[in-house]
Amino acid sequence: MAEAADVAGHAESHGPMAQFEIKRLVPLELFGYDISFTNSSLFMVLALVLISTFLILAMSRRALVPGRLQSIAESVYEFVAGIVRENLGKEGMRYFPWVFTIFIFILTLNMLGMIPGSFTVTSHIIVTFALAAMVWITVTLIGFARHGLGYLKLFVPEGVPFWLMPLIVPIELVSYLIRPVSLSVRLFANMMAGHTMLKVFASFAVSLPFVAKAFPVLFTAAFTGLEFLVAFLQAFIFTVLTCIYLNDAVHMHH
Amino acid sequence: MPAAMTALVAAAIDVGTDVAEAFDAHDAGGGGLPQLHAPDFAPQLFWLAVTFVLLYWIMSKIALPRIGEVIEERKDRIQRDLAAAERLKAETEKALASYEKALSDARANASTIARQTRESLNAEVEKDRKAVEDQLARKLADAEAAIDATKTKALASVKDIAGDAVVSIVGTLSNVNATKDEIARALAASGADK
Repeated sequence: MAEAADVAGHAESHGPMAQFEIKRLVPLELFGYDISFTNSSLFMVLALVLISTFLILAMSRRALVPGRLQSIAESVYEFVAGIVRENLGKEGMRYFPWVFTIFIFILTLNMLGMIPGSFTVTSHIIVTFALAAMVWITVTLIGFARHGLGYLKLFVPEGVPFWLMPLIVPIELVSYLIRPVSLSVRLFANMMAGHTMLKVFASFAVSLPFVAKAFPVLFTAAFTGLEFLVAFLQAFIFTVLTCIYLNDAVHMHH
Repeated sequence: MPAAMTALVAAAIDVGTDVAEAFDAHDAGGGGLPQLHAPDFAPQLFWLAVTFVLLYWIMSKIALPRIGEVIEERKDRIQRDLAAAERLKAETEKALASYEKALSDARANASTIARQTRESLNAEVEKDRKAVEDQLARKLADAEAAIDATKTKALASVKDIAGDAVVSIVGTLSNVNATKDEIARALAASGADK
């Protein structure tokens, strides 16, 4: 494993950024691409296994009156279903499995990242950008599939005087094209900033003398609570924005 | 959808690798943010694609349909139970209404029957009474007629007997043999037969 880490070419360090380093646990290659199984991959697979086992085990009894686990599974289901119904209406439930997967995956990755010494997959821009790009491309494809070239009307809002069009259309276009960037940076920056802050303050606890240690420890404890909220909130925001974008593509109400 | 996603992610890996090379050239010295360490992009994208597609498949084919089914089933069950309760309530109300109607009908029937019975009894009594009265009246009339006839006959016999007596008296007294007819004529002339 130590050799694998060396392959990445990173020197072992304990700075606040060290927690984000990718460590190759099993170096792999496919068609010339590096597809090594890394610490990031480990937590993705862990999330996949945890989510699947939990949701399937919790529903194994299929009880009419749910037990504790089944209640949790149903609550998560109803929570995401509520977001989809609220933003997309009943017909939007077609996209529910996709939206649900996005929500539960990001939420679990964020929460796994809260375990001390673990790795936060969503603190990497490339991961959040890939997710946001998937959302953006899927939404755009759905928009064109449902409305054809009429989908371009999204950039020409109704009720705007024609002489404002040269101004409005580029703004609309840019705000549409920027979506994957804003969507991915929001999640990535929140996760990275929070974890960096935690690490920085935790290291103060080591370096400060005796009694002064109490302040960073207390702050870290409080901030950890806030980070749990952020971990949930960012998964929620990503999901809601996905639904809002989907609604644009499905209904074109601007 | 998973197939499309796989293709999508493969394309993303391509783009990612290009970006990675660009970053590498720019950031040849190493260090900096681990998030911008371009050679790490490809493995992350690959495993993200694998885990996401797998998760999507498990969610959409196994986990979510099961949860949805159970929730739907519960909703149906509650709906059914409510509907059944509603139906039973309506039936109860209908039964109550029909019971009350039957009761009031029976009451009305009973009073009708009582009235009719009273009326028919009254009529019968009246008829009987009338029949008895008629009979009595007829008997009375018969008796009166019989009395009249007897009286008339008696009176007629009296005249006969008187005539005979007169004949014999006249014969005895005057030796005149007057016939019964002559006596009768004489009586009629004197107006004594009245």
